[in-house]
Amino acid sequence: MYEFLKNLDKRWIFLMMFLAVSVPIYIIGKTGKTFPEVPTLLAEATFQAIEELKEGDPILLSFDYDPASEGELAPMATAFVKHSCEKRLKIYFMALWPVGPQMIDDVIARVIRSDFPEMVYGVDYVNIGFKPGNEGVIKVIVTDLRELYTTDDKGTPIAQIPMMEGIHSVQDFKLVVNVSAGYAGTKEWVQYAVTPFPDKIKLVAGCTGVQAPLLYPYIPQQLPGLLGAIKGAAEYEKLVIDKYGGTNPDPKYLEAKRRMGPQLVAHILIIILVVLANVIYYIEKKREART
Amino acid sequence: MKRTVPLMITALGGFVLIVAYFIPATQGWGEVAAIWFDILAAIAFVLGGGNLLKIHLKKASDRAPGWGYSVITVLAFLTTLSVGLGKIGVNPNPMYPGFPLSGDYREIGSPFWWLYEYAFKPLTATMFAMLAFYIASAAFRAFRAKNVEAVLLLGTAFIILLGRTFAGVYLTSWLPDSLFGLRIENMTITIMSVFNTAGNRAIMIGIALGIDPIWGRGRSDPCTNS
Repeated sequence: MYEFLKNLDKRWIFLMMFLAVSVPIYIIGKTGKTFPEVPTLLAEATFQAIEELKEGDPILLSFDYDPASEGELAPMATAFVKHSCEKRLKIYFMALWPVGPQMIDDVIARVIRSDFPEMVYGVDYVNIGFKPGNEGVIKVIVTDLRELYTTDDKGTPIAQIPMMEGIHSVQDFKLVVNVSAGYAGTKEWVQYAVTPFPDKIKLVAGCTGVQAPLLYPYIPQQLPGLLGAIKGAAEYEKLVIDKYGGTNPDPKYLEAKRRMGPQLVAHILIIILVVLANVIYYIEKKREART
Repeated sequence: MKRTVPLMITALGGFVLIVAYFIPATQGWGEVAAIWFDILAAIAFVLGGGNLLKIHLKKASDRAPGWGYSVITVLAFLTTLSVGLGKIGVNPNPMYPGFPLSGDYREIGSPFWWLYEYAFKPLTATMFAMLAFYIASAAFRAFRAKNVEAVLLLGTAFIILLGRTFAGVYLTSWLPDSLFGLRIENMTITIMSVFNTAGNRAIMIGIALGIDPIWGRGRSDPCTNS
């Protein structure tokens, strides 16, 4: 057994990881049960930032991610949009990533078209789409949005979209929400939007796990709310569903909580593997010392 | 000349952006520079496409190792490009039925949507998902408590791994309120908001302070000091 573990083939590890992820997915899918979540202060702050807005307030949602990180970020994007719809905010979508518009399309279809069909495109929500230039785009639209965005994503002139009236720059939004998978993303929004206009632009964000540690230095002044990875999404999802989900919430609004199951087992597997590897390492070291 | 002119343009752009940040009257200059940047970024897509073709066509023609992948890359690139640019299979916009290419190229069922939904999306998601397998394997093979620093790193990793799941709450929920800070989920928050924040801020400020004198001495690459 010892020799087997010492020379453990990586294919066994791959198999264990496959089971660690797929078995919880199957069980949670079958039973519908999830682990309880206790929201942290950062999730509460993110929730409050949207909760404090009044009906009709404009909110900018920048979806800066792609399908690679959709598994981690789509649940929080869904929760952000549901929360905004429940609050009857005017939602403006944009993207700094080339496939961001597809992410926006997905969320619009999943949340707005299916659960809020009364919301009208151009009146209650609009997708102004993707522009290349990363932080260059932010730098321009913080002072003049129409300089870059002359049409929406479908090609309709901005001047013909009713809800664009009174919106001239990012400073006109009551809140900016960024869902980010890397560059360009939350860091650039902090540096090029919030930092030059700290009194006029308020930002909250949701990001991938690897990005979160790099964004903590901006909390709380430049970034009052941050959802880190699927855990942050699950906490925020709980807050949104507790208030707006009703007695039997749609499973699509519980996606982050469902994904915490596979995450729990996968994390425990990694801990077991590291402990096991270190036990083998020390046994080997002792044997070497004896010989 | 080939090197001097781009350097001068870069320096001018940087100078204008710095001035525009600190002097409100010159804010418009910064906006103009930023718009130039956005135009250049759009052109970079074309350059990027050209570069991709150049590299992979050369690799395929030289029959270099892995040339088959280059052929697949070029074919996938050209297919997506022609379907997207040519708006192949796009239905007319209901508002302008007389214009055959006026519809949305991302419309459900269109060839571009099909490429995105059934090729790009599953491929990129698979690449990212494979990280879980490689991380597990790497953790088993490389993570050894060889010295005090490694033990600290290992301990922190365990706390974060457990604290980001329900296991953290479950394992230490029995601790009394007086030891609230020792519950794993709270230790995770402390590590992230105190140690991580302090370390990251130190690195950021250190880099900023370090870059200035290096650039001031005229070094071309602040990272390698070359």
